[in-house]
Amino acid sequence: MSNPKELYYTKDHDWLKIEGNKAVMGITDYAQNELGDIVFVELPAVGDEFAKGDSIAVVESVKAASDIYAPISGVVTAINETLVDSPELANESPFEEGWFIEFEITNEDEVKELLSASEYDELVKGD
Amino acid sequence: MKKTALTEVHREAGAKMIDFFGWEMPVYYTSLIEEHNCVRNAVGIFDISHMGVFELTGEQALSVVSKVTTNDPSTMVPGDIQYSPLTTPEGTIIDDILIYRIENGFWLVVNCSNMEKDFKWIQSHLEGDAELKDLSDNMSILAIQGPKSQPLVEEVLGESLDDLKFYKFRKTKYHGLEIIVSRTGYTGEDGFEIYLANDKAVNIWHEFFEKGSKYGLQPAGLGARDTLRLEARLPLYGNDIDDTTTPLEAGLGRFVKLDKEYFIGKEVLQKQKEEGIKEKLVAFVMEERGIPRQGYPIVLNGEEVGRVTSGSMSPTLGKAIGMGYIKVEHAQPDTIISISIRGKESKARIIQGRFLNKN
Repeated sequence: MSNPKELYYTKDHDWLKIEGNKAVMGITDYAQNELGDIVFVELPAVGDEFAKGDSIAVVESVKAASDIYAPISGVVTAINETLVDSPELANESPFEEGWFIEFEITNEDEVKELLSASEYDELVKGD
Repeated sequence: MKKTALTEVHREAGAKMIDFFGWEMPVYYTSLIEEHNCVRNAVGIFDISHMGVFELTGEQALSVVSKVTTNDPSTMVPGDIQYSPLTTPEGTIIDDILIYRIENGFWLVVNCSNMEKDFKWIQSHLEGDAELKDLSDNMSILAIQGPKSQPLVEEVLGESLDDLKFYKFRKTKYHGLEIIVSRTGYTGEDGFEIYLANDKAVNIWHEFFEKGSKYGLQPAGLGARDTLRLEARLPLYGNDIDDTTTPLEAGLGRFVKLDKEYFIGKEVLQKQKEEGIKEKLVAFVMEERGIPRQGYPIVLNGEEVGRVTSGSMSPTLGKAIGMGYIKVEHAQPDTIISISIRGKESKARIIQGRFLNKN
């Protein structure tokens, strides 16, 4: 699965779809592949405020739990309830149905530090 | 990292490889859950060549094994296999091993994480002419596990296995090479383990797949091995048992023969048996959301009463399950406990017996 061109990425293998001051976030195909079968997802509550670097979600494969850290600061505006009930969506459709949260960006400067699709392609190349 | 004779085969199959106590091993090939279900419903094959195999021979071999293990090897005849903890003088567990009675002594099959420690320990307790050799370097071990394992192994070895009962082994030939096949495993399913020299490992692996497709054979990694053993409520060294826990606390009392004249740790275990244990390894099923993991606190009425030692989503049950030590006064089946998961409590029920009905 290739990494969609229109998205932003992080070194931690998250993706962000940014429109204006709204962002939707999930984990990349590379991340879901590394994690293996995802069986549990814990998401923040709508209205939760977070700073860049905070742990905002937990994704668990059969084997282990991994924290998801906020790539930029924001306030949660929606969570993917379907993903909570069907965590396997993060494996099956990481860039679409497997999205994690939608949030309002509170520090637009941080967006500049995100990776482009081609930068992210370079990062995961060879793995 | 150390490689088995099959490491390249796993890589070519696209397995995700991990560092497992210094060994490069497959954790899964395509999907852990699929591999797990394949072993429960059909047959899977595991490379477990990372395990250690020692040979103990000589007149005094029986006396040495009897001294270092809690079980009683004196009744074993060639072809018998016994499970036993190795214990410290304090009665805590050094390792849990399989003992194979061979003609002139024993094979001891040990956990890879404990190999060096075990070898030194046993070596330091040798007596008389007893001789300990490490056979691990030239030994490949395959585990073929699942309800369809018997017809498949029979087809590959070209012989009936009807008379090979659970926890028995025998020598046989594979393309002229002497190998050992035992009816053992770590999955809670019927299954076999094959011990053979490294240079035939790739051969037999490929032959299993040539003959295995009609049985639904899939390769299975260490990830599925862990969830399968947890569902079968089998303890894992380093998680559920270690050198801070005793076999009695771990529910392994049936492998501790206190009527044996002597073994290392006997006095302490005798006393613990008389006085009663304070903590006990229990199994539980989550009744609320969340997956228990090693190290999570077990809580009752706001008080920490124990600790999780293993936990996972159970692919067979579709529920999260776990094991852990809990103060014995709270260990009754059906007790509702809480597991503290990232600071939030989720309810779980202590079960009696096994997670699955089938084994």
